[in-house]
Amino acid sequence: MPSHDVLIIGAGLAGQRAALAAAQSGASVAIISKVHPVRSHSVAAAGGINAALNPEDSWESHAFDTVKGSDYLGDQDAIEIMARAAPEEILWLEHAGVTFHRNETGHLGTRAFGGASAARTYYVADITGHAILHVLYEQLMKHHETVDRYEEWFTLGLLQNDEGHCVGAVCRDLRDGHIEIFNAKATILASGGAGQVYKPTTNGLIVTGDGIAQAYRIGAKLMDMEMIQYHPTTLAGNGLLITEGARGEGAQLFNAEGERFMEKYAPNKLELASRDVVSRAEQTEINEGRGFDDGTVALDITKVPRKRTLEALREIVNIGRDFAGVDITREPIHIKPGMHYIMGGVKTDSDGQTTIPGLYAAGEVACVSVHGGNRLGANSLLDTLVFGRRSGEHAARRAVQMPMPSTPASKISEAERDVSEILNREPEGRRIGAIKDELGDTMNQYVAVFRDQEGLTKALEIVERLKEEAGQAPIDDRGTVFNQDVIAHIELGYMLDVAETIVVASLERKESRGAQFRTDFPERNDDEWLKHIDISLNGGERPEVSYSPVTITRWQPEERTY
Amino acid sequence: MAEYTLRIRRYDPQSGEAAHWDDHTVELEPKQSVLDAILKVKDEEDGSIGIRCSCQQAICGSCGVRMNGKPGLACNTHLDEAAARGHGTGWNPPDEGQAERQVITVEPMGNMPVIRDLIVDMDAVHWKKIQRVTPWLVNKEPVPEREYIVPHDNMVDVTQTMACIQCGACVSDCLSMEVDPGFIGPAALAKAYRFVGDPRDAQPLERLNDLSQDPHGIYDCTHCFSCIDACPKGVDPMSQIMRLRRKAGEDYDIVDRNNGKRHEDAFVKNIRKNGLLQEADLLADSYGGKFHPRAVPELLSGLPTVATAMSRGKMTPKTALTHPHKAPDDVRKLFDEIDGREERIELNLYVTGYEDAPENVESEAEETTGTETEEDQ
Repeated sequence: MPSHDVLIIGAGLAGQRAALAAAQSGASVAIISKVHPVRSHSVAAAGGINAALNPEDSWESHAFDTVKGSDYLGDQDAIEIMARAAPEEILWLEHAGVTFHRNETGHLGTRAFGGASAARTYYVADITGHAILHVLYEQLMKHHETVDRYEEWFTLGLLQNDEGHCVGAVCRDLRDGHIEIFNAKATILASGGAGQVYKPTTNGLIVTGDGIAQAYRIGAKLMDMEMIQYHPTTLAGNGLLITEGARGEGAQLFNAEGERFMEKYAPNKLELASRDVVSRAEQTEINEGRGFDDGTVALDITKVPRKRTLEALREIVNIGRDFAGVDITREPIHIKPGMHYIMGGVKTDSDGQTTIPGLYAAGEVACVSVHGGNRLGANSLLDTLVFGRRSGEHAARRAVQMPMPSTPASKISEAERDVSEILNREPEGRRIGAIKDELGDTMNQYVAVFRDQEGLTKALEIVERLKEEAGQAPIDDRGTVFNQDVIAHIELGYMLDVAETIVVASLERKESRGAQFRTDFPERNDDEWLKHIDISLNGGERPEVSYSPVTITRWQPEERTY
Repeated sequence: MAEYTLRIRRYDPQSGEAAHWDDHTVELEPKQSVLDAILKVKDEEDGSIGIRCSCQQAICGSCGVRMNGKPGLACNTHLDEAAARGHGTGWNPPDEGQAERQVITVEPMGNMPVIRDLIVDMDAVHWKKIQRVTPWLVNKEPVPEREYIVPHDNMVDVTQTMACIQCGACVSDCLSMEVDPGFIGPAALAKAYRFVGDPRDAQPLERLNDLSQDPHGIYDCTHCFSCIDACPKGVDPMSQIMRLRRKAGEDYDIVDRNNGKRHEDAFVKNIRKNGLLQEADLLADSYGGKFHPRAVPELLSGLPTVATAMSRGKMTPKTALTHPHKAPDDVRKLFDEIDGREERIELNLYVTGYEDAPENVESEAEETTGTETEEDQ
């Protein structure tokens, strides 16, 4: 069985950055991913990455914008670490080969982004995540002697020893179905968010909350799970993302009456208010009948000079053409808020350590919490890289001090038994696809931009029923070579666990803060709710709620206007 | 809504069965994608259909397949477009002549071994070739404390190759690779341009020399345009290969042992002189001229071909030795103008966009039809 100092699960930006950092620190490293690393969903990050690198800018300003963006739920010590580390990280990326676009003097160029008081978003056209992901993979190819790559391996579960420490994972090779134990002194989850819990979502089909559920199942605490970001500009039908970079470059929002409605909701920042504010504004316009018949408002990118759009926003030119039949350089495109990101995740400290010894988490799977109630655009790439690196380094340091744990081989036969139980299931019950659709529709209806007790209660009932049904969902494929059916089944289980914690946390928070807007509790209530909601199984089978304080260092909560 | 027959190429190495076609009928909007159709069938009828996919927006590069004979991403290929491709092309295997039925065949990509159904082994071919081109930046020294100061245009230029999503569509239909599996190929060579064109890289000369001298390198491309047709992201791999050649040959004066550079020079000289290609001179000139020692064995080995051509009346001693056509002044003027430029003009999608395109080009007409439904509202 493969044994490494550090095992990394997931090979998006956080995972690859962690792998490179751990290897650099002298650890033996394995990185495992259910898809080829460049297919990871970090590839879809478009607009850019924030850093106060410009001499006129300051990390304090970046940190304050992030705190304010989080609606004061972000932990300020962690935010400070991230904002301070950002400039160095950008330069590391630049030296590694990322082709950041320049300004007229040949220095790194920036664009404006939502909720930011300076133009501090560094970018590669509108393929920033793609460019960084591919460059990190170049580095993995370069360092192939120190980082073992296991591409297209699916993680079935995390392993714990008798003391409850995480000692690796049990995984299945998608190519031939064989199962292996991956022993590790430290395991870093970097498997991304859980967008597929919603329908539609801007997230890819692979984003099924695997890591969040795997950690939760072995007792790790989750945090801020109620905080689900709806991105203000997604396509009406399929939920595809139109980058915030469009508004950063000057695109404007209009309702069906031709009114630039953001003037009412955010008179100073307008379209570049934070995402929760813009999404709520749009949804209000739509709900009050000032949207278009297809439940949308219009994003007018023709305000951006055509040449600039073609050079810097080419990807959304293609998306408009291929997926909406619209030439965005000539006419407005219809958009609406759509599920995009989960601020919550596996609770970690600022070195990525979860509440399970030996288990780390970084990137969207984790909740440090630097995003609190609402993440600023272009802070997620930064989060993945800064905390990916810190997790990798810390895990490597931890590994030096300890012997390699061993895991009984019986774990393999247990995992094999679980898989064959799925393979041999009787062909009755609802199909996986039908259950997943109902889950996605439910979440998008009741756990969306506006929420209330009644809807959330209903959502919880449905999720619990679906969990029952998922246990009987049949599959068609009995083979072992690329059996995607078996994987889809296991992913559905992960999604339902994650959905349950999202709904429970949303029910729990009886106030409106950041992305959580309760129509039955429409005000922010710092006296009672300036705290994180933690959720864990706590040895049982149902989610248990507890609280933890928000770390406030230098910015006291204030009223939030844009 | 329209009805389509999705004809999927199935192969399961465990079944003991040969690869075969598997038909499914789906009803979807014509502007939905081939991937939408496959996923509908997978969700509702048969979960065992193997296809890699994730983002559904043409950025993750997972769903490269051949649809009615043409490679591309299933997620950004519309059903109507894919179906139209099949009409009258003989691409709908078992029941031909039923164009009205809107058949869409979906097969795994070519030039790579099939693992299962639509899933090919990209590691065995595509990624191996990527690794061949030293696919990482070799930093120019000294590495600056802050960023490298480089022109904006250079970074916009390499963005075109950076935009490659490694989907493999170009590799699938590369004709040179079909003939020479050792060919480094369109995707990897485009990746190589991403470094050669990056002013921060320390080794453009070493890279270009390596790729010129390798018999499977840049001069192994036959200029067939298949990769440009295949690429869903506008990377234009062949254009990048040609730019590598121009950089190697013109900027670094690399004369390769494959005679690639000499062949190109001979070609240019030949057209400049004759306007139309004089084939008899081309071969000899590619090796340094009729009397060059390098050319003699090549010319001798070509004699049987010449003899066959003469015996069939395709060539006479006169046409073999003389060429009646002389280049008109216009052709010479073109050459003079291009040679007279101080800088080569390189076309790049990110730099030029569609700026120079006339107002009513075909693609725009298509887009207008696509928006009708929205205008109706």
